[in-house]
Amino acid sequence: MVAEFGHFSLIIALFIALMQTVIPQIGASIKNQLWMSCARPLVLAQSLFILLSFICLVFLFINDDFSVRYVAENSNTLLPDRYKISAVWGAHEGSLLLWVLILAFWSLAVSMFSSKLPIQLVARVLAVLGFISVGFYLFMLFTSNPFDRSLPYFLTEGADLNPLLQDVGLIFHPPILYMGYVGLSVAFAFSVAALLNGSIDSAWARWVKPWTLIAWMFLTLGISLGSWWAYYELGWGGWWFWDPVENASLMPWLVCTALIHSLSVTEKRGAFASWTLLLAIMAFSLSLLGTFLVRSGVLTSVHAFATDPTRGIFILIFLIVVIGGSLLLFAFRGPTKKSSSKFSSLSKELFILANNLILIIITAVILLGTLYPLIADVLGWGKISVGPPYFNLFFVPLTLLLGLLMPVASILRWKKTPRLNILKYFNGPLILSVIIGGSFPLMYESYEPIAVVSIFISSWIILITLRDIGHKSSTKVSILDGLKRIKISYWGMVTAHIGVAICIIGVGLTTAYSIQRDVRMLPGETISLANYQFEFVTIEPYEGPNYIADQATVLVTKKNSTIALLKPQKRRYFSSGQTMTEASIDSSIFRDLYIALGEPLQGDAWAIRIYIKPFVMWIWIGALFIAMGAVLASLDGRFKKIQ
Amino acid sequence: MHTLRRYRLTMVIFIVTTTSVAVGLMSYALRENINLFYTPSSVISGDAPVNVTIRIGGMVVKDSLTRSKQSLQSTFRVTDGKSEVDVYYDGILPDMFSEGEGAVATGEINGDLVFIASSILAKHDENYMPPEVTYALDEAAK
Repeated sequence: MVAEFGHFSLIIALFIALMQTVIPQIGASIKNQLWMSCARPLVLAQSLFILLSFICLVFLFINDDFSVRYVAENSNTLLPDRYKISAVWGAHEGSLLLWVLILAFWSLAVSMFSSKLPIQLVARVLAVLGFISVGFYLFMLFTSNPFDRSLPYFLTEGADLNPLLQDVGLIFHPPILYMGYVGLSVAFAFSVAALLNGSIDSAWARWVKPWTLIAWMFLTLGISLGSWWAYYELGWGGWWFWDPVENASLMPWLVCTALIHSLSVTEKRGAFASWTLLLAIMAFSLSLLGTFLVRSGVLTSVHAFATDPTRGIFILIFLIVVIGGSLLLFAFRGPTKKSSSKFSSLSKELFILANNLILIIITAVILLGTLYPLIADVLGWGKISVGPPYFNLFFVPLTLLLGLLMPVASILRWKKTPRLNILKYFNGPLILSVIIGGSFPLMYESYEPIAVVSIFISSWIILITLRDIGHKSSTKVSILDGLKRIKISYWGMVTAHIGVAICIIGVGLTTAYSIQRDVRMLPGETISLANYQFEFVTIEPYEGPNYIADQATVLVTKKNSTIALLKPQKRRYFSSGQTMTEASIDSSIFRDLYIALGEPLQGDAWAIRIYIKPFVMWIWIGALFIAMGAVLASLDGRFKKIQ
Repeated sequence: MHTLRRYRLTMVIFIVTTTSVAVGLMSYALRENINLFYTPSSVISGDAPVNVTIRIGGMVVKDSLTRSKQSLQSTFRVTDGKSEVDVYYDGILPDMFSEGEGAVATGEINGDLVFIASSILAKHDENYMPPEVTYALDEAAK
């Protein structure tokens, strides 16, 4: 009964979304006030029905209704309740339901916080969001309905959620990532609405910016949460694999980063209008492409896609309609008026343009590397995989170049900066960061160029940023007074940029100084690794709620004092019989000690993987700073006035 | 030349050079860093290149896995139903690795036609079969 109720709510939500697409859109074209004002109540109604539908699915999972195929495939009576809830979005159908639920949430937020915007714009924005919802509703109802029953022969026990997904990280990772993915639809909808209205100016940029910042914040958090999860859950100690699924989330992030910067130029100088629109369209297109790549099965095999093409073909058509449609609209209605603002070679505009170009090049490189195996397979060039060296070859130097330009861009003035002042500004930080970068690796046994470069770039970013804060606050009565006068959006930028520096430190030092040993150990055996002693004390059976495990106890000491007692597990899940490695990590600011059990060997011996990873936490701390910067920037007073 | 025209010309030249350099570098990097997949039959028949990083895959032959008593070194055989290839690996085998199941290995073939693996991938859940393994089995069955 509940399943039918959920299914029915989904159908009603589809029809409301259809109305939300058509009525306000027509209203905006014929300037009918009543039709345009329908948009807000329709959004509210659609949100309520999709929420109802979602709650129904959660209910089915909690009550183990295995007559519903999706529940039977992804849950199990032994599964702890919190994982039953996260299993709702653990696979294809449910994650789409989460996608549209979040889209409805964003639409609702736009309809609530847009009271001061022109009604014509709001109507069009909500209509575009409605159109995207319609696409996803149709997709779900025709190809991937989570409420399908497997009557009359249904299972009495479910197949269980993939053990890899039975983890706290996977409760939060998908919703947060989707908040980011889907949030990009708002900037997209605003762009399409602006193209339809035929006007784009700094006011428009000011309306779009906070939405873009918040979506970007969620995207940042979602990606870093995913990377952190992969780090501790996959048992390989890696935090980024250049996996197509990861790339699918990184590409929209990169374009969105470009978009945020380009929006600033449009807002403050009225320039880059067409470029900004194009970036907004690209960012959302890439997030749709990501959904297509991850969800159509095209990644596992082109042939899997060919044998069951309904899903893939549907998303492909939707993708073509959305991307092609918006690009056509851009071609015909794009801003024709030449921007009147001019800027010189030493201006913020030019550096932001450089930032945008580099980010787009990085995105293009990743896109090519991700799609190349698919293209090769379709064209019969053989089975190919593109390895991490390809991605690193481009990503690392381009990111470092970005880091080099970043602090310069942040202190340059709009239009033109006097050349003399600026050189004086950089001398001190340059010399200091060369010294810091050059001497830092002396603390370690080996002198690694990667460490030199990453410490140099991050010192360069941090020093110039600090100097600029000092400069901005010193002109006022007192420094404290000066600090208070600095705008909150400036603090946002500073926080995010310092976050990037922290990230670079983390990535650089982990890459340069990580130590990894795969060893064969017997209980009682001790291994020394970089001043640490790892003693394999015991291996004992351990019982979890839905698995049994072998749990090792490893005592870590340094100069005879205990550092940590680590208990990695090798789990075997009852329902699927699947084996899983559960790593045990001792985290601290300057290093992680990471132990994972490999496989049992002859006798009591085990294969054990031991890592010492310096500064690895800095990667995610940096990401937190970036996200915090986005929040600060979005709190700026100039955005509040218009809402 | 007119300042504006000169500015535009530099911009155009800049864009053209950077794009062509980028495209050139990208295709070069792609050529250097793609790993082609070969089936066990093509390794045995000598179609697969020796001492070049490639990937091979198939089913792990039952009772073919042997481990060293002192270290993590192991050897096993991989088959596509027609030919078998010896694989040597020094390291921890993945969770889902077992005899009679599919596996994909990255590494090089040495002069004795033994595949020296640098990494091993097994399927990541019960229902999943690495697509390359399916492909290898299909090719051999033809």
